[in-house]
Amino acid sequence: MTSLIDVVVQGVLLGGLYALFAAGLSLVFGIMRLVNLAHGDLIVLAAFLILALVTKLGLNPFVAALVAAPIMFALGWVLQSQVLNRTLGPDILPPLLVTFGLSIVIQNGLLESFSADSRRISTGSLETASLTLGSVDIGVMPLLTFLSAVAVIVGLNQLFYRTALGRAFRATSDDRVTAGLMGIRPDRIFATATGIAMVVVTIAALYLGARANFDPTIGPARLIYAFEAVIIGGLGSLWGTLAGGVVIGVAQTAGAAVNPEWQILAGHLAFVLVLLLRPRGLFPSAVN
Amino acid sequence: MDITATAWRVESRTRASNMFSIVAAILTLLALAAPLFISRGAVQNLFFILTMLVLAQCWNLLAGYAGLVSVGQQAFVGFGAYAMFAGVILLRLDPIAAILFSGLAAALLAIPTGYFIFRLQGAYFAIGSWVVAEIARLALAQWKPLGGGTGTSLPGGAVRDMWGAAAVGKLLGMRPVQAADVVCYWLALALAVATIGFIYWLLRSRQGLALAAVRDNQETARSVGVDARRLKTFVYLATAFVTGLVGALIYVQKARISPDAAFSVVDWTAYVIFVVVIGGIGTIEGPILGVIVLFLLRDTFADYGSWYLLALGLIGIAVMLFAPRGLWGLFADRTGIQFFPIRRTLRGGPECATKTIEGATHG
Repeated sequence: MTSLIDVVVQGVLLGGLYALFAAGLSLVFGIMRLVNLAHGDLIVLAAFLILALVTKLGLNPFVAALVAAPIMFALGWVLQSQVLNRTLGPDILPPLLVTFGLSIVIQNGLLESFSADSRRISTGSLETASLTLGSVDIGVMPLLTFLSAVAVIVGLNQLFYRTALGRAFRATSDDRVTAGLMGIRPDRIFATATGIAMVVVTIAALYLGARANFDPTIGPARLIYAFEAVIIGGLGSLWGTLAGGVVIGVAQTAGAAVNPEWQILAGHLAFVLVLLLRPRGLFPSAVN
Repeated sequence: MDITATAWRVESRTRASNMFSIVAAILTLLALAAPLFISRGAVQNLFFILTMLVLAQCWNLLAGYAGLVSVGQQAFVGFGAYAMFAGVILLRLDPIAAILFSGLAAALLAIPTGYFIFRLQGAYFAIGSWVVAEIARLALAQWKPLGGGTGTSLPGGAVRDMWGAAAVGKLLGMRPVQAADVVCYWLALALAVATIGFIYWLLRSRQGLALAAVRDNQETARSVGVDARRLKTFVYLATAFVTGLVGALIYVQKARISPDAAFSVVDWTAYVIFVVVIGGIGTIEGPILGVIVLFLLRDTFADYGSWYLLALGLIGIAVMLFAPRGLWGLFADRTGIQFFPIRRTLRGGPECATKTIEGATHG
């Protein structure tokens, strides 16, 4: 019984990390219907950026993430306005192929600059710190990850529904042309959205790098977890995305408890199962 | 009034395509005879070119014609390769029989995976196909009789003793290992010719017209009675079959398999996508041109490792942004030459036999 509770708690906390991976993907897709196949590699890129700031400048990892966030925002802005905006249109082929190419470019660029070695962002004593709740030990880092995921989702929802920028996001998402007539410049809205998604990516990267080893090739797997979380949750709902992340996290932890080799496979199978039973996800938004 | 009423007829052949069919026949015969004149290394290079060409033609049919942008074709390469290993090691089949068995196995796998990923629309189909490949990789890594996560090798002599190798060895006076390479090369050549022939035939048939209609406007095509889903399912299954065959053939030649290599997204999908995009997506000529470009680049720059792949990615992005119809598209736009014309042109009719009415742009 204890181990069952433990599996669920650790799984839920792991789900927070996957929700962080997924939030940026979900944001970009929601606003401009763009599926960024390089999303996972951008997370890994941000992790290496934080690692470089920590090792070269001796910054605390959390401070390093604060420094990395505006850099990643700028990168996202330039990427969207200079490259990805050219690919948007009724045809899905150009954005998919350009972001797929970008994924290969980032992976190999990182391999050349940081080698294929496994790295980790050291957070000192935080790495092993834990709280004991009843019979379950909760790691401080996993807990921080989950709380950050909740904070990011609350923040994005506030941004979406309480600010002028959020109104512009929703208007552009609903009808790009009419939004343009109202004085919104869709290109800049898209660039801003990708910039914000890259800030979320930076937060995800901090926890990715601090909780486990990473190397330049792990991006695509992160993209897949993120995608599964979005689909399980149902398109258009950020809280659904968190629930989707939790489903994957619990399935992976449960699979690993049975046999460590089954961890990743169990997550994928949970995704297949949900898609077969609930094709529109667990929490589909009212309009498609 | 002098009206010469010739019957209306729909044609798609052009002078260039008639000339090209002769050139293509000569090239095929030359390729068939090539092992008599060239070194073993050159035969292996040609084998690489031909297998990449088949993979590229399959992906082009999926993405360029059926609108199914898959980044998970490595699922069928890997599954075909593993089915071949299972056939040879567990069922004691001859490698050549095992290759056929692998194509069927890959097509069978495509039935449940198709049922699953056809639930995902457009861009999500792409990532869904990737998930399928990951599941196949992880599941086969658990298959201990075939080496689990570390993989395994074909039993010594299985390839050397395969059907035809001894006869070819005797005929051409080669050592058995070299003769096995030649047999693999001929199989690759046959598969490449058959695949291109099949795709050309398909695109010129009623189904091909329907496919182009679906690609250009799915709603309109469906309103005139085209069953888009059935067509896409057919294309998905057919490409899975061929991709499985190629996967098995490649691994007969490699003779050593591991899950990470057999399901590599870089080797079996990324290079293939770059071949099609650089050559020209949505044409049969494009992948042929693309695979030649890839081979020349590989030959020149492969020593640079990841810089090479990085550069290939940048070229792919640049082509997609600035010349989305690829090198062949640039060439065909300027010259109007098509070697595999699939656009239907209406000719004949009263008054003037030379008057032509362009059919719907198609291809």
